[in-house]
Amino acid sequence: MSVFFAKRFLTLLATLVGASVVIFTVMEILPGDPALVILGVDASEDAIQALTKELGLDKSAVERYFGWIFGLLQGELGNSYAYKVPVWELVEGALKITVPLAIMSMILSVTLALVIGLYAAANHNKTSDITLMGFSQLGISVPNFWLAVLLIIFFAVNLRWLPPGGFPGWEAGFWACFKALLLPAIALATVQGAILARITRSSVLEVYREDYVRTARAKGLSRRATLWLHVLRNAMIPVLTVMGLQFANLLAGTVVIENVFHLPGLGSTVLKAINNRDTIVVENVVLMLAGMVVVTNFVVDLLYAVIDPRLKAHDL
Amino acid sequence: MTLLTVNNLNVNLQTASGPARAVRDLNLTLEKGQTLGIVGESGCGKSMTALALMGLLPENATTEGSILLNGENLLEKSERELCTIRGNRMAMIFQEPMTSLNPVHTVGRQVMEPLRLHKRLSKAEAFEQAIRLLDRVGIPNPEERIYNYPHQLSGGQRQRVMIALALSCSPDILIADEPTTALDVTIQDQILELIQTLVAEEGMSLVLISHDLGVIAENTEKVVVMYGGTVVESGSTEQIFSQLTHPYTQGLFAAMPKLGLGRKGRLTTIPGTVPDLVNLPKGCTFTDRCPLATDICRNTPPPRSELGPHHQVLCHHLEQAIEARSRELYT
Amino acid sequence: MSNTASNSFISRCAKSRSFVIGGTITGFLLVCAIVSLFWTPGTVYDIVIKDRFLTPSADHLLGTDQFGRDVLSMLMTGTQNSITVGIVAVSIGLFAGVGLGLLAAARKGWTEELIMRLSDFSFAFPAILSAIMITAILGPGGVNSIIAIGIYNIPVFARLTRGSANAIWAREYVMAARASGKNKLSITLEHVLPNILSIIIVQATIQFALAILAEAALSYLGLGTQPPHPSWGRMLNEAQTLMFLHPMQAVYPGAAIALAVFGLNLLGDGLRDILDPRLSRKR
Repeated sequence: MSVFFAKRFLTLLATLVGASVVIFTVMEILPGDPALVILGVDASEDAIQALTKELGLDKSAVERYFGWIFGLLQGELGNSYAYKVPVWELVEGALKITVPLAIMSMILSVTLALVIGLYAAANHNKTSDITLMGFSQLGISVPNFWLAVLLIIFFAVNLRWLPPGGFPGWEAGFWACFKALLLPAIALATVQGAILARITRSSVLEVYREDYVRTARAKGLSRRATLWLHVLRNAMIPVLTVMGLQFANLLAGTVVIENVFHLPGLGSTVLKAINNRDTIVVENVVLMLAGMVVVTNFVVDLLYAVIDPRLKAHDL
Repeated sequence: MTLLTVNNLNVNLQTASGPARAVRDLNLTLEKGQTLGIVGESGCGKSMTALALMGLLPENATTEGSILLNGENLLEKSERELCTIRGNRMAMIFQEPMTSLNPVHTVGRQVMEPLRLHKRLSKAEAFEQAIRLLDRVGIPNPEERIYNYPHQLSGGQRQRVMIALALSCSPDILIADEPTTALDVTIQDQILELIQTLVAEEGMSLVLISHDLGVIAENTEKVVVMYGGTVVESGSTEQIFSQLTHPYTQGLFAAMPKLGLGRKGRLTTIPGTVPDLVNLPKGCTFTDRCPLATDICRNTPPPRSELGPHHQVLCHHLEQAIEARSRELYT
Repeated sequence: MSNTASNSFISRCAKSRSFVIGGTITGFLLVCAIVSLFWTPGTVYDIVIKDRFLTPSADHLLGTDQFGRDVLSMLMTGTQNSITVGIVAVSIGLFAGVGLGLLAAARKGWTEELIMRLSDFSFAFPAILSAIMITAILGPGGVNSIIAIGIYNIPVFARLTRGSANAIWAREYVMAARASGKNKLSITLEHVLPNILSIIIVQATIQFALAILAEAALSYLGLGTQPPHPSWGRMLNEAQTLMFLHPMQAVYPGAAIALAVFGLNLLGDGLRDILDPRLSRKR
């Protein structure tokens, strides 16, 4: 077991190092000079050179890369080129929106998926199963940013129940923030929940065909008891994989939804930073997102071992 | 008193190519403490019969006839009532010990489950009992093994666990569906002997299902030979093996490898393949592969003949079949 | 013999509800795209300010937008864009990804290790973020967004191909072919590729749908197709600011995207049923 996780941990570190190189390289290739973007096209050559020097962009790429990495290791993210404030300040505010939003939509999506997936599997091939799967097929097809627009039109514009966008900040109280994040969370969760529901259903049906389920039934367990005691845990293995990917996706893939609801989350921060050529912000945030993805995968691996005792023995 | 009586059991499976008649007009009786063998090729309906007895047929199956356990018809019972019978009064061991245990639970938990369910034992009592059961089926160090997961045990040990699980509530009937087919030859005998001993000690009845005539001959008192979903010959094991009658039974016997023949002696085979259960011939299902078949076989169901008080055969050409015993029907 | 085989193939197609519905929707969109090449009911590129925000009428079945362009015509022309994006992006992923996957399965060793580690690695970057970064380098635009989506498709196909190809390489008939001295390239072309083709086709349909979604998202962010060429994603973007006054403007393009993706997903499901009966029974 320890060997398994030592290996996984090394892969995690290697991935992060690789990711940092890739991100840095991409930012080097990215056309557009940060100093030029900040000062505007009318700026004098001297002013641009002075700012370039001030930002430390006159140093060689290798020097800047290691400067960045050593800074990171000491918990130092550097200062934003465009806003002249520590990168962490920008990121902190964004995280306070993105992380709660991701968690909210994950809770919604998993609840939705498990209820629908299990119900459909229990009623396999009956009308309710076919109807639910038809709806889930529809749910997968809907672009989440369009669903977001529809939700705004319906709940914010017509019914005026919820705000159409923006974020009041956590000072405004939990309830106000919850209301601001509810529609985006629903928009994100519907599509992901539909995918997860289909996976849950097919996974449960697959496990139902296993020999040990027949054994459980032969013991005298009812269908329902068999589902809870013997099917669910085994069926959760593939569901968990997708859940991990979805959570990672929620942290980073919300750019479009943030845009619809004017939420200053991580995605918007990156998008704005790319446009401003605020490369240091882009580098840090993207690396942070890649880090969240690999850490999520690592946690999923840990959970596998909890669910499936075979993994502890087999050194994958 | 007769423990189990099966009258005219029919099992039909709804398949994409039409209804398949998996079991047809099956009749069985089993006394308390008796051992019954069901023998036949794969696809002859023997496993379907076992699943019908347990009430665990697939969802696309429909049944006719009756299965009487102590006079109560199991086919008319509700799912809830069946749950109190399964694992309690009737238990089953399956063919694949590798996959028949849940990989994510310890063997102890799985053995304890029926005890907690049917006997309402407390966790501690069930735990004690599970250790005793594991010890009884010959698992060494049961106090440690009880914490093992199935993948940590060998195939033979897993089958022992399955037996412990089946025995846990001292059922009246134990159904063993090919319990040794997936195991190494050396382990097969040990497992069969274990089943034999435990059945005798507990006074249980045994239904042993196998494609292997040798296994059946050594372990049962009564035999039912199935072909194409129906019984072609039945009787006491002694009778049948001393007077192999139905051409199919003779073929099965001839197809058994015999010691001492060496490389020169070729294995005899029955030509052809098992019949398509969706398009069964009107008459005898063995017609297409039978060396004695004539036109009457194809179109008329064969009559049941009594060869003795405990020996019945379904064949149109009984005399020729009896006469063929002395020579080789199949070459 | 071949006649009965093709008959049963057609009857299997007809029997699969998903295939029939998905195929019909996809066919309908194709027809829209082709028709719009030659004829549209109204103007797509001409701005007619006096005709802005017309309600649906016989002249403009779905009304007009803020520039007086006919919405139905724009939706039809937008189909061209989505289909082009799908075809090109999937082709990029298909050729490069399947090639790499086959190479990994055939060569094994460090080649396989390298290709698989690289594809694992690429999954560390969330899809939309990668696409945004790539369009940032290449500059916003229709072609560039297609390339960005195509690049992201490469590891998807590489993984799938390598996994399925490995299963085929372990089969007895491949062993037999190797034993008879065939080289790896001809085994790959004769045995491996034909056997995994159905899985790849099904995945291609699904990726097609995802490519349409991704392009719509990029265009919505202003990184994809640029004006004046109509694209569903950009129509949605332009409509969002008008959401409070003219909500229907935002409804139509999204519905078009959903319909296309729905059709393709169903088609993929249906194809899976038809091409791989073993797989479909498991579902």
